[in-house]
Amino acid sequence: MNFSPEVFLSLSLWGYALGAGGGLLLLRRERLGNLLCFGVAAFSALNGLLAALLFLAGGAGAATPGFELFPAPLPYVHISVRLDPLSAFFLLLVSLLTLAIGIYSLGYARGYFGRKNVGVLGALFNALVLATTLLVTADNIWLFLIGWELMALAAYCLVSFEHEKAETRQAGVLFFIMSHIDAVCIIIGFLLLYQAAGDYGFGSLHAIGARMTPGRRDSAFLLFLVGFGIKAGVVPLHIWLPAAHPVAPSNVSAFMSGVVIKTGIYGLARVTFDFLGAPPLWWGVTVLTVGTISAVLGVLYALMEHDLKRLLAYHSIENIGIILMGLGAALIFLHTGHPLLATLALVAGLYHTINHAVFKGLLFLGAGAVLHATHTRNMEEMGGLISRMPQTALFFLIGAVAISALPPLNGFVSEWLTYQALLQGFGTTDSLMRLIFPLSGAMLALTSALAAACFVKAFGITFLAQPRSERAAQAHEAAPTMLVGMGLLAGACIALGLFPVLFVRLLDPLTQQLTGQQVSGQLSAAHGLVLTSLTERSGTVSTLGLSLLGLCLLPIPFALSWVFGRGTRVRVGPTWDCGQRTLTPRMEYTATGFSKSIRMVFKALFRPHREVQREYDFSPYFAKTLRFDSHVEEVFEQQIYRPVRVMILRASRRVRALQAGSIHAYLLYIFGTLVLLLLLLAT
Amino acid sequence: MNPDPLAVLAQTVLLIVLAPLLSGLIKNWKAKLQNRRGARIWQPYLDFVKYLRKDMVISEHASWIFRVAPWVIFLTALVAGLMVPLVTAQAPLGLFGGALAVVGVLALGRFFMALGGLDPATTFGGMGSSREMTIAALAEPAMMLAIFTVATMAGSTNLGQIVLAEQEPGWKFLDAPHALAFAAMFIVLLAETGRIPVDNPSTHLELTMIHEAMALEYSGRSLAFVEWGAAIKQLVLMALLANLFFPLGLAPGVTLASFGAGLAFLAAKLLVLAGAVVLVEFTNSKLRLFRVPDLLSAAFMLGTLALVSTFLFR
Repeated sequence: MNFSPEVFLSLSLWGYALGAGGGLLLLRRERLGNLLCFGVAAFSALNGLLAALLFLAGGAGAATPGFELFPAPLPYVHISVRLDPLSAFFLLLVSLLTLAIGIYSLGYARGYFGRKNVGVLGALFNALVLATTLLVTADNIWLFLIGWELMALAAYCLVSFEHEKAETRQAGVLFFIMSHIDAVCIIIGFLLLYQAAGDYGFGSLHAIGARMTPGRRDSAFLLFLVGFGIKAGVVPLHIWLPAAHPVAPSNVSAFMSGVVIKTGIYGLARVTFDFLGAPPLWWGVTVLTVGTISAVLGVLYALMEHDLKRLLAYHSIENIGIILMGLGAALIFLHTGHPLLATLALVAGLYHTINHAVFKGLLFLGAGAVLHATHTRNMEEMGGLISRMPQTALFFLIGAVAISALPPLNGFVSEWLTYQALLQGFGTTDSLMRLIFPLSGAMLALTSALAAACFVKAFGITFLAQPRSERAAQAHEAAPTMLVGMGLLAGACIALGLFPVLFVRLLDPLTQQLTGQQVSGQLSAAHGLVLTSLTERSGTVSTLGLSLLGLCLLPIPFALSWVFGRGTRVRVGPTWDCGQRTLTPRMEYTATGFSKSIRMVFKALFRPHREVQREYDFSPYFAKTLRFDSHVEEVFEQQIYRPVRVMILRASRRVRALQAGSIHAYLLYIFGTLVLLLLLLAT
Repeated sequence: MNPDPLAVLAQTVLLIVLAPLLSGLIKNWKAKLQNRRGARIWQPYLDFVKYLRKDMVISEHASWIFRVAPWVIFLTALVAGLMVPLVTAQAPLGLFGGALAVVGVLALGRFFMALGGLDPATTFGGMGSSREMTIAALAEPAMMLAIFTVATMAGSTNLGQIVLAEQEPGWKFLDAPHALAFAAMFIVLLAETGRIPVDNPSTHLELTMIHEAMALEYSGRSLAFVEWGAAIKQLVLMALLANLFFPLGLAPGVTLASFGAGLAFLAAKLLVLAGAVVLVEFTNSKLRLFRVPDLLSAAFMLGTLALVSTFLFR
C-alpha cells in the first residue's frame, strides 16, 4: 500500500465521519460513546497530522491532484479534496489541536455523564472537525461553502450545548446570525470570482484577480475581508466571539478559539494571496490597520474581564489582530515589490497562527480543567489552585508565558518575526505612509505588555494565593487524559519556541506557493541555532541559546548562596498582616482590583461605571452592608450594534403590516406580483 | 561572531560586581544633595551579603512560584546583560538576541516578579504587581519606538551592529532623532528602574510603593536575589542607554588595553547618567499613580517624533 498524504487525509476524513455517525448510534451508551467519539477523533487527527507533515516535509510545493471522496449525488458538486501547501499547513493546525483536544475530552466529557448526552457532544464535535478539515482541504467553491456552513451549524449546536442557561441560548443565536452574515459575504465574493473564472475549481481560480475589473476585485476583497473577518473575530465584527466561546463546553471553546477562527485566516490568505493576487496598496494598509486595532482593543477588553473564559476569548481577538498585522504587512510588501520581506511577514503571520492555536487551545483546556474542578468561570471565586491542581497550573503557566510573548516560548518567536518585518518595512518606501510600520510595532509592544499584565492577573488570581471560595478550596486535579491533552500542547509551545528554525523549514513550500520565495535558509544561521531576520546583520535571536545560557548561569546564584548562606534555614510563617489577627482571602487583591489602574488609564475607552451603596449606623467608615457595582461600557454593542438592531426591528415592524393574516390580501399580493413579472417579461 | 567564553565570563562578573556599586553610588549622591551624609557606596554589597546569611521566612500561602521567582529575576537580568555591549562593541552574546530579546527577557523577569507579588496572598503584593504591570505596559511602546529609531537608522536590531554603525565616521550623536529617542528612553529608564517621579526606591511600607510592595514578603536569600537582580537590571538599562546613544570608547576587540580603556569610558558614562538620574530624583517629587501615564505618553510622543524626524532631518 502506498503511504501518501492523500491516504492519510482520506483516512482522517472518514474517521471523523465515523465518529460523528457512531456518536449518534451510541446515544444511550455514554461511556462507550465517549470513548468511541473522542478516541476516533484523536486517531483521525493523528492521520491528518501525518498527512500534513508528509506533504510539507516532502517539500513538493505543487498541489496534489484533487480526488473525490465519493461521487456526489448532485450535479456540479464534487466532494473532492486536495492538498496544497496552504491547505496542508492548516490541516496540520487542525489535526494537532484535534489530537490534543480529543485526548483531553476523554476525561473532560465524563463531567457530563448523567447530566447531558455525551454521544451528541461527541458526534457534533466530530462533525465540527470534519467540516473544518473539509473546508481547509476543499478543492472547489462548493465544498468550501458546504464545509463552511456545516462548520457554522455544528459550532452553533455545540455553543448551545448547555442550552438550559439563557446566556448560552442568547450567545448561540448571536453566533448563528453573525455566521450567516459572513456566509452571505463569502458567497457573494465567490460568485464574483466564479463570474471571472467560469469554473468552481480552486485550481482555475488561481490569480483570477488579474482578469477582473478593479472595481470587482476591490469589492470581492472587501466582501471577503468582512466575511472572513467575522469568522476570525476582527474588531468591530467580533462581538459574537466573547459571547459564544465562553459558554461552549471547554473542549469546544478550545477548538473554536484555536481552530475555527483560524479558518477566517485561511480564507483570507487563500483568497488574497492565491486568488486575487497583486494587491493594491490599500488592501495591505487596511488589513494592517484592522489588525493593529483588533490587537490593542482585544487585549484591553480582555483585561477588564474576570470571567476566565471570556478573558481568553478576548485574547483570541488580540492574537487574530497580531496575525493580521503579519498578513497586512505581507500584502503591502507585495505591492511595493519586496517579495522577500513579504515572505518574512507572511512567515511571521502564519507562525503566529499556529502558535496562537497551540497556546490558546492549551489555555482553554486549562480553563476547562479549572471550570471542571471549581464549577465557576468567575476568577474572583478562585485562587490557590496551584497547590490543588499543580500540573494544570504548570501547563496554564506555560500557556500564559507563551501568549504574553515572553522568551523562550513560541509567542515570542512569532512576535519577534513580526517586529522584524515591520521594522524592515520602514525602509521600503519614502512616503509618510511608512510611519505605519513602526507605529504598528509600538502598538504591538503595547499589546504584548498588556497581555503580560493580563496573564499575570489570569494566572495569579486563579492559581496563586488563598482560595477565595469554598469551591476553590475543594478543587481537585484534572483527570489524567485531560493532563495528557494539555501536556501535548504545552510541549508544542516549548518545541515551537525553542526550535523555530526547524519549523520555518516546513513553511517553505507554503511561501513558495504564495509569494514565490523560500526563506528558511536565510532565516537560520549558526548551524540552525539562531533565527535571523533574513540577514544575520539585521537581527538575530536564539531562544534555545538564551535558555541554555540561563541554565549555564544557574550555578552563580547557587554559588553565592552556598558561599555566604551556608546553614541558613527556611521557615514557613504567616504572611505579614499589618497586625490584624488573620489574613483572610477577602483581603487579597481581586481581578477587578488588579486591572483597576489600567481601567483608569484608558477610561476614555472603557467609560467605567461605578456605584457604591453603603448602609451605616453612625459613620460611613463603619458600613453595615456595602454594595459595589462596577462595569465598563461595551462600546461596540452600544454604539454600533444596538442602533442597527433597533433599525432592523423597526423595519420589520413596518413590514409586519403587510402580513396582516387576511387571505384576501395575500391573494392580492400574489396577483400583483404575477402581473408585475409578466410586464417585466413583456418588456 | 561565535561567543567567546572569556568575554562572557568577564561580562558576567562585571554585571554582578558593578551593579550594587551603581545603586550605592546613586543612593550616596542623593543623600549628599539632601544634606545627609548617606551610606557608603559599597553598602549594597554588605546588604546583599547580609541577606544571603539570613534565614528565610516564606509565607504559608506561597507556592513554588514564590520561591522560583527570585532566581528567574536574577538570571533574566544577567542574560539580558550579556546581550548588551558593556565594554566591547560586540556584546559577548549579541548573536543570541538584540534589542527585542533584551526587552523580552527583562519582561520575563518582570512577569515572575509580579506573580511573586501575588503569591503570598497579601494586599500589598497585589497592589505592587498591578501597578508594575500597568506602568510596564505603558513604558514598553515608548521604549520600542526609541529602539526602532536607532534600529532603523542602523538597519539592525542587533545592539552590536547598531553600535558599530554609530561608530562609523559621519555619525552625529546629537541629531534630532537621537536626541528625541534618548529623551524617550531616559523617561522609560526612570520608570523601569523604579525611580522618582514614577516610584520612590526609598519608601518602605507605604501605600505608594511599587517595586517594594512586590518584594515585601521576600526575605533572606530570596530578597538578596530580588534586589541584586533589580540592581543588575538597572545597570543593564543604563549601559544600554549610555552605549546605544554615545558609543564612545567601546573596545573594538578583546585585548587587555582596549578592555581597560572601554571600562574607563563605561565608568565615565555611567557616572554622568547616574548624576542625571540623581538630579531628576532630587528636583522632582513622586507623581500620583494616575499622573504617570501622562509622563509615559510624553515619552511615547518623543519616540514618535524621533521616528518622524529620521526622515525630516536628513
